[in-house]
Amino acid sequence: MLRIVSTVSRPSSTGRLGKVVGSQHSRRTFASTSAKQADITLTVDGKEVTVPQGSALIQACEAAGATIPRFCYHERLAIAGNCRMCLVEVERSPKPVASCAMPAMPGSKVWTNTPLVHEAREGVMEFLLANHPLDCPVCDQAGECDLQDQAMRYGSDRTRFHEITGKRAVENKDLGPLVKTSMNRCIQCTRCVRFANEVAGVEELGTTGRGNDLQIGMYVEKTMDSELSGNVVDLCPVGALTSKPYAFQARPWELKNTESIDVMDALGSNIRVDSRGVQVMRIQPRTNDDVNEEWISDKTRFAYDGLRFQRLTTPLVKEGDRFVSASWEDALAAIAKGLTASGAQGDEIQAISGHLADTEAMVALKDLVNRLGSDNLALDQVGGTAPPVHGVDVRSNYLFNSTIPGVEEADAILLIGTNPRHEAAVLNSRIRKSWLHTGLEVGLIGERIDTTYGYDYLGGDANALSEFMTGKSEFAKKFKAAKKPLIIVGSAVAEHPDAAATYNALSRYVELNKSTLVTPEWNGFSILQRVASRPAAYEIGFVPSKKASTTKPKFVYLLNADEVDPKSIPQDAFVVYQGHHGDLGAQLADVCLPAAAYTEKSTTWVNTEGRSQLGRSAVPPPGASREDWKIIRALSEVVGSPLPYEDVLEIRDRMWEISPTLVRYDVTEPTSAEVALAGLKALSVRTTGAKISGAIFQKPITNFYQTDPISRASVTMAQCTRSFVKGENYGFSDIGKAPEAAFA
Amino acid sequence: MLKASSSRSILRTSVSSGLSRSKLKLSASFATVADPPVRRYGGLKDQDRIFTNLFCKHDHGLKGAQSRGDWHKTKDILLKGDSWIIQTIKDSGLRGRGGAGFPSGLKWSFMNKPGWEKDPRPRYLVINADEGEPGTCKDREILRGDPHKLIEGCLVAGRGMNATAAYIYIRGEFYQEASHVQQAIHEAYAAGLLGKDACGSGYSFDVYLHRGAGAYICGEETALIESLEGKQGKPRLKPPFPADVGLFGCPTTVANVETVAVAPTICRRGGSWFAGFGRERNQGTKLFCISGHVNNPCVVEEEMSIPLKELVEKHCGGVTGGWDNLLGIIPGGSSVPVLPINTCAEVLMDYDSLKDAQSGLGTGAVIVMDKSTDIVAAISRFAQFYKHESCGQCTPCREGTTWMMNMMDRMVQGRSHSREIDMLLELSKQIEGRTICALGDAAAWPIQGLMRHFRPVVEERIARFRVDNGPVAFGGQLVNELDKTFAIPDNMGAHLPEVNPRT
Repeated sequence: MLRIVSTVSRPSSTGRLGKVVGSQHSRRTFASTSAKQADITLTVDGKEVTVPQGSALIQACEAAGATIPRFCYHERLAIAGNCRMCLVEVERSPKPVASCAMPAMPGSKVWTNTPLVHEAREGVMEFLLANHPLDCPVCDQAGECDLQDQAMRYGSDRTRFHEITGKRAVENKDLGPLVKTSMNRCIQCTRCVRFANEVAGVEELGTTGRGNDLQIGMYVEKTMDSELSGNVVDLCPVGALTSKPYAFQARPWELKNTESIDVMDALGSNIRVDSRGVQVMRIQPRTNDDVNEEWISDKTRFAYDGLRFQRLTTPLVKEGDRFVSASWEDALAAIAKGLTASGAQGDEIQAISGHLADTEAMVALKDLVNRLGSDNLALDQVGGTAPPVHGVDVRSNYLFNSTIPGVEEADAILLIGTNPRHEAAVLNSRIRKSWLHTGLEVGLIGERIDTTYGYDYLGGDANALSEFMTGKSEFAKKFKAAKKPLIIVGSAVAEHPDAAATYNALSRYVELNKSTLVTPEWNGFSILQRVASRPAAYEIGFVPSKKASTTKPKFVYLLNADEVDPKSIPQDAFVVYQGHHGDLGAQLADVCLPAAAYTEKSTTWVNTEGRSQLGRSAVPPPGASREDWKIIRALSEVVGSPLPYEDVLEIRDRMWEISPTLVRYDVTEPTSAEVALAGLKALSVRTTGAKISGAIFQKPITNFYQTDPISRASVTMAQCTRSFVKGENYGFSDIGKAPEAAFA
Repeated sequence: MLKASSSRSILRTSVSSGLSRSKLKLSASFATVADPPVRRYGGLKDQDRIFTNLFCKHDHGLKGAQSRGDWHKTKDILLKGDSWIIQTIKDSGLRGRGGAGFPSGLKWSFMNKPGWEKDPRPRYLVINADEGEPGTCKDREILRGDPHKLIEGCLVAGRGMNATAAYIYIRGEFYQEASHVQQAIHEAYAAGLLGKDACGSGYSFDVYLHRGAGAYICGEETALIESLEGKQGKPRLKPPFPADVGLFGCPTTVANVETVAVAPTICRRGGSWFAGFGRERNQGTKLFCISGHVNNPCVVEEEMSIPLKELVEKHCGGVTGGWDNLLGIIPGGSSVPVLPINTCAEVLMDYDSLKDAQSGLGTGAVIVMDKSTDIVAAISRFAQFYKHESCGQCTPCREGTTWMMNMMDRMVQGRSHSREIDMLLELSKQIEGRTICALGDAAAWPIQGLMRHFRPVVEERIARFRVDNGPVAFGGQLVNELDKTFAIPDNMGAHLPEVNPRT
């Protein structure tokens, strides 16, 4: 894999990458704040504006409040300067200047609204429209199309293009089950190419041919195999790349937009849920530079159709070997009866919280179970019934301490037992970005993975870690010399037989190298959680006590727990499942309680950094299903120990009591270096003498596209599994074998 | 055959020009206050020729080159240092021979910005030997006959800009030329003229040859750099200019073969010798390649500012059928506008005179067309060429060249509405100056030149087609072929009266 740095020289965005690139020349200082860049002042349309040095002219114009039309320019991608729509007039320049490609110069005078500028832009627009089909009525992009919008301003109402040779016709490409192509509409802005190459790491997407025959496509006939491919749909300024699952489903003006939080991984990507009536029509990213920038993974974007299938809509009570729908009263009464009948006392009452459990529900369930005298709070993961090896007393032991943007500051990264590409696809793009543009070194311990960057392979098991700690290998030396080294430990390491030994080794290593790894400005020991609910579970202490973990449960409450091993649940136990999908957990249950999915409830989600974010309800829960914490609150009345909160504000007060960070939204609260080191010290004491079995750190996710009940119920994700994971035909392109058939 | 005859003509013409100059002196004798003698240009003497093996009649190898004076005291030139070399080039008034005519000394001096020594990056000289401009064949003769001039030029120019290496990007089709250049490089290395201690000067310099794959756009300097890096040949955005960030991200200067090849001779014979030729700001000698309807097409080294008519008459045996049979001349390769006969008779072959005549010197490729030429078809062929060679990166060029080609194709037949001539000109203005590189300009100028000087020809052809086939709507639809059952939009021009240029 080649590191391409040709774009370094170009005026890049003033975003974090710009700073990272800039700081390469003047060596990084120890202070975390980047060196303040000099500001320059120039005049745009007679208005003085001050921008940081190195800004593009287009950014200066934007800062001055002048709107510059653009197609190829995008803040987060390299500059192509090829659409020529952003032309402006600059003093002492005989020709109009492409403002995206021109660095802002101090003292220059720029005009964005002169006859020359208008004439130039109108000319470009005429050329763009010359070969663009006039199929807006049947185009999915219509209504949110940059070309359409700009044509309203700069386009002519009559065409001059009447050539008898006609318009250009381009064959459509088959990029897989997610991205639909209509290449006649392509205006060759190359945003998708730049995204694929720089962010997603799909280096096969590019341009072939030249002149008017320039085409966008894969260099070889294959699908666009990336976890981030859906983002090209957003990037495409026209309707050339659109969403295949969303094709012809809705128009943008029919949709209600709800800003929410994604739960398909533990990043907590900011999303916008677009709904029509009671249906989620699509999911789009929301910009948050601290979390997901502007990208979301394909699972986040396309798994929403799983919300329509396999849903639990009424309470179900098992009678014999079949479920019978019941009213809420009957179902709750059946649970109370089952609890009594099972004779569960104290720790024999077990609650298991699953991947998609929200924070409010877990708080309520923990309170309820505690009130019933039990400490048996298990997590839905391998070894989840035992207390986690890293403990939950110190936050920095289980959180992503470096923060997600901090990944870009690291100059050496050691991955242990994790595949960020599948566990946090958007985070992975940050590693790639840093790898491409800076001298980042990446090392890996664990099963070999297919990343979008090169890495040094250090070994597969805990022994490799011991070897790394001796500091003899080349990577270990580089890691030691690094100014901001970063260790990313996968969440699966805590589920591994060698978890104790691994954490012991790591805590000792961090202690030894605390001068670089844990400083007041930098904490380079990060755990990458992969499950949306897990950081919150640790935050509220949803873990069993040592005593409870050895108790055989008689009453099991599954809260969204769909990954449990059926054998781990005793045959005679009374099982309640609360969740939104009829997945594995529901089959084990004696009573099923239908709850709301993440798009249907306003709840708190804590991401892997410990950042609390508020999801919002976009659509009502289907049928009789209810919000999760309300179900538990109702159940608490029926079982005779009512919980002391009546509405969502009261339960959030309760959350504040547990941890104030749970209600301080959108920020991360770093653990101080002293506390972090003390936590690691305690961890190393607790795990002293742990033996190494030498088992390989397996990747926890084998199929990125199906990891939870929603994505397992999704047709789109099933097609992705066929196409990208199994390499089969995903279902539509058999017809006639012609690529066009896939777009019917 | 061609080579032999043209070199004979050089000898012949140099003698005759001497005669004409002495006649001129006699004519101004009666004035009391003598006017400063009008200087006539042209008639380069053999001893002033830089390229003495243009036609490959002699040995192109090292021995032959040395016998012609190449590699003579190159060490001394190198030891004089970078600022001396650049000052000499500046004094000589040499301007880039690739077409744009940027002063070479100035361009090379960009490499030696204050503090350049502190920059740890390597520095490159890139030789643009991707000679693709239709009509141009001057570099080819240098590469074939005088490759050592180029190699020595690389070393001298490289020393001037403190480059570590030179890359010669040669057009893929030039197989024999590439072989000759490669042979020259090998010989130079073997003789210690290149390499660690080039010419014994202590200066380390390498020369590499890279063969292109035959795209016209790779003659654009940044596209050439991209291609050399192994990427698609697409021009880069400027700024940053190659002198800051060029080949492999390092300071780079791209120079034409001819520009670099004349540098050693200039350094040996002095900047003032070279500046003695041609008019102020257009000094020097230049290779002209004359093709088309002349009796004796040739490549010839001549003094700058030679009158175009003299160039054609003297070296090429005149236009076929005599000067009056001339239709027009394209004076600088396919990308400059055509000149009609009356301008051709007056214009001097240099940057400024041709610019004043709304054309350009370009590469010095003179394309002569006599009255048998279908000028519309000729320019239409250029439009096809630029459509085919557009890289497709930026919008105006990608879409505009195709559109213009389609319109020109129709105008060859006359299948067009006469209002579309103005539209075509408007389109060409929408391309010109709006693109990343100069290919857009190059595509627009020939068409603008055609319409400037030969518009009546086009109009007449349109009128004739209208007489034969009835009215034509915009875009080339015949009105009588339009399906009248549909509503014809009025912007098709189907019902417009034809504008008759004659009335």
